Amino acid sequence: MSQGLSPIAFLRRTRRPGRIGVTDVLSWAWLILGTIAVLIPVVWAGLSSFKPAAEITRFPPTLLPRAAVQQTVPGFDAPLSLWTVDVDGQSREMAMVRRIGLKAQMVDPSNPGPPVSVDVKTMSPVQRLTIATENYTDPLTRFDFLTFLKNSVFVTFVATLLTLVVNALAAFALSKYRFRGEKAIFVLIISTLMIPLTVVMVPAYLVVVGVGLVDSLWGIIIPTIASPTGVFLLRQYMLTIPDELIEAARVDAASEFRIFWRIVLPLTAPALAVLAIFSVLWRWNDFLWPLIVLSSRENFTLQVGLNAFQGEFSVQWNYILAMTFLSLAPVTVVFLFLQKYITTGIAGTGMK
Amino acid sequence: MSTPKATDLGGRALDFVMGVVEAPINGFERLMGRKRMPYLFLAPNLILFGIFTFLPIAIAVGYAFTGGTGLFVSERPFVGFDNFRQLLQCEDYLRPGSCRESLFWTAVWNTLWFVGFNVAATLLAALVTALILNRAIAARGFFRAMFFYPVLLSPVVIGLIWKWFLDRNGLLNAFLQMLGVPPEIFLLDVGWSRFFVVVVSVWFHMGFYTLILLAGLQAIPKDLYEAASIDAASPRRTLFRITLPLLGPNLLVVLILLMIRSVQIFDEAWVLTNGGGPGTANSFIVQYIYQMAFGSDLRLFGLASAASVLMGLVLLALTLIQLRLGRKMES
Repeated sequence: MSQGLSPIAFLRRTRRPGRIGVTDVLSWAWLILGTIAVLIPVVWAGLSSFKPAAEITRFPPTLLPRAAVQQTVPGFDAPLSLWTVDVDGQSREMAMVRRIGLKAQMVDPSNPGPPVSVDVKTMSPVQRLTIATENYTDPLTRFDFLTFLKNSVFVTFVATLLTLVVNALAAFALSKYRFRGEKAIFVLIISTLMIPLTVVMVPAYLVVVGVGLVDSLWGIIIPTIASPTGVFLLRQYMLTIPDELIEAARVDAASEFRIFWRIVLPLTAPALAVLAIFSVLWRWNDFLWPLIVLSSRENFTLQVGLNAFQGEFSVQWNYILAMTFLSLAPVTVVFLFLQKYITTGIAGTGMK
Repeated sequence: MSTPKATDLGGRALDFVMGVVEAPINGFERLMGRKRMPYLFLAPNLILFGIFTFLPIAIAVGYAFTGGTGLFVSERPFVGFDNFRQLLQCEDYLRPGSCRESLFWTAVWNTLWFVGFNVAATLLAALVTALILNRAIAARGFFRAMFFYPVLLSPVVIGLIWKWFLDRNGLLNAFLQMLGVPPEIFLLDVGWSRFFVVVVSVWFHMGFYTLILLAGLQAIPKDLYEAASIDAASPRRTLFRITLPLLGPNLLVVLILLMIRSVQIFDEAWVLTNGGGPGTANSFIVQYIYQMAFGSDLRLFGLASAASVLMGLVLLALTLIQLRLGRKMES
């Protein structure tokens, strides 16, 4: 096979082809170790989320979700567990009838005769790959996770939509008009970038109580709509739209709002897409603000619900991990498809 | 086609909504003239900023000087500097136990230690990664994405994932057992839990700073490197004489940004350590504010606001430094 067609040819494409120095080796080691370090906790949690409740606390753990196999044996009401047993130097699969001290009574599952007594030390349980889908279905039906999920989807969707409209309108005004106080208003909006939520959370809570939005999903949507990052990002983009387009539309007697809606907004689509992605991620992952504002369970978002759930059921890791994964999945999908937008958006604006 | 497609329907619905919205806005334009339109377009944004950002800032300062348990400023007695006095009264600031508000000073010291270790570790990891990714290395896009991925996850998710990884029955203990090391309940040990709060924070955020440093590295003119290679400069010399000096301003900005964000550590540490445990080993300033204001039925809003104002002043100072550096960078 020629080198150019080799599927791993890209691995050899370094700055100085043919010579691999110590720096290259160290670089690769760092990158590979880093990738492993990023992936291990996530993958481990993912694999564990499919383990049955009985398996999840086993130590040392198995990597893949496995569970003991049970089988119904003729002559016995309840299904019996299968074990690999050493009988007369031969390894066999047998079903356990009962266990007395260090001895267990076993039968051949396919041909149940009188039970044989076996030393427990020579036995090991038969395990097969099992995927415990109930970890995912139970919390959605038995606990409130469907409500949490609905709340999160609602908040994310509505807040993002309103964020786009409100900030695009402001950016339009700040980029396409000359008016008194333009500069002052822009500086005022940008200065709010420097005020972190953690500093104003107590009075912000008071305001939300004052306007009657406490313990309501609107109480976490409305205060987050106006975004200095959003205004900045959209304004910078709209500045690149030629003013001639707008003048031409005015000659055609288009109203100002129509110009915004029909001309400027469609041309701002790439910047709107970046803001939409960020807004979705922010709202989906929000924790501290919803934690303060929401108090009744039926209003919890997924993040607040997860936090409350782990406090109440600290031992039910199978459920917690499954729900964690449910919350992580949309973000991962967004990332896989829109990775370029996100990284260039961050590199361009320094926002997170 | 006789039946309209779904997208047509959506488009028509949007047109209808816009038609309804447009009418009063156009009415405003006819009435007030085109010159006043930008004010109308800015109004929703400014009203929201006013109510939910500027009003709270104004209240925050006033709040810090009131006591009692009432929610609204009018229901709260003015207490002057009492809240600040309560926070700052201390025999020996190095021993939180000797302070009147010992929980606050425990949180302050925990936060300072965290900021120190976290800033150093994150900056170093991000810088090394950015320098490596800046070389013409294969599969660069893949690795950049890999390091960046955790940045997008929610702090609750990250707290839970790591809590499980560090669990008594978790993967780390399984790995240690393979090496013959006895299992450890990491999050119940003061030292280990503090160590892992930093590890998790680096894991979570370093991708973000890597990206910013990488953008800075790529802005360094290529001909400088070409000149260096013509002069047969060693890679180490190139790094210390060209790359790092030119990245300097960028590094400073990242350093300050990292400090601003580290001071505000809360979410992932809160979930990971079950609310700052063991004991108060991982209780930080934001957690103190949260607990004073919302954590119990005491609702000590005045005390919480006073602590917020103190933290806000520190953050303001850091921000001003950052702005000044930014301006210096531009000129």
